[in-house]
Amino acid sequence: MAQRAAQTRRETLIAGMASFAAAAIAPSLALADAAAVEAEIKKLYGDKKVEAGKIKLDVPQIAENGLVVPINIEVESPMTAADHVKSVHVFADGNPLPGIVSYTFTPESGRAAASARMRLAQTQNIICVAEMADGKIFTAKSEVKVTIGGCGG
Amino acid sequence: MSNKPTPRVRVPANAKKDEIVEIKTLISHEMESGQRRAADGKTIPRKIINTFTAAFNGKVFFEATWHPAVSANPYQSMFFRASESGEFAFSWKDDDGSVYESKAKLTVA
Repeated sequence: MAQRAAQTRRETLIAGMASFAAAAIAPSLALADAAAVEAEIKKLYGDKKVEAGKIKLDVPQIAENGLVVPINIEVESPMTAADHVKSVHVFADGNPLPGIVSYTFTPESGRAAASARMRLAQTQNIICVAEMADGKIFTAKSEVKVTIGGCGG
Repeated sequence: MSNKPTPRVRVPANAKKDEIVEIKTLISHEMESGQRRAADGKTIPRKIINTFTAAFNGKVFFEATWHPAVSANPYQSMFFRASESGEFAFSWKDDDGSVYESKAKLTVA
């Protein structure tokens, strides 16, 4: 009897700990993954063909501070009325939310380039998708190793 | 942050026709992601600047949609092809509905 009771207590304890851990982790660390990024891209472009190339995605290989990670994007394009970059979307596959930034360019932009600073929760891939005026879609991917995550508090 | 966000913009004052100029912007804003928790365990509500637009003589030439993954005090740079003299208008839209604005003149020789 006593042994059985002890087992039950242990089980209860373990179960309790497990649910506590789940409750503590689930809301804050429900991170996006590669599938979430793919779903976002699908939402934007459906089943259209996505090719590699054209995009120069400049991110550090190692970011010491995940709170401020520089990102510089440049898409090869003459930026004329007929041939320009319409939009660029940037995603991360290891942040709580997949989206980082979306840019809309016009021929007046002159160059389809922009830089910003982003937060990264952990080591992960940055995925960049660019849509051209003719409807072609290009993508680029780069991994950033993060020493100190830029999330939580 | 209790202080009103202050935008800072760096644009060249003069440009040649068809010259591509770089514009750098910075605004002070905490960009509260909505992921952080306060000491009492409650989630701190999201409050970020969600849209940045850059216009010249009333025509928008660049727009950025920012997600919570954009760092605090967001920096944004972009380019512009100078065609005529005029005025840039930059605006930042906050989640709470506020709009912060900054203007800059450009003379095309």
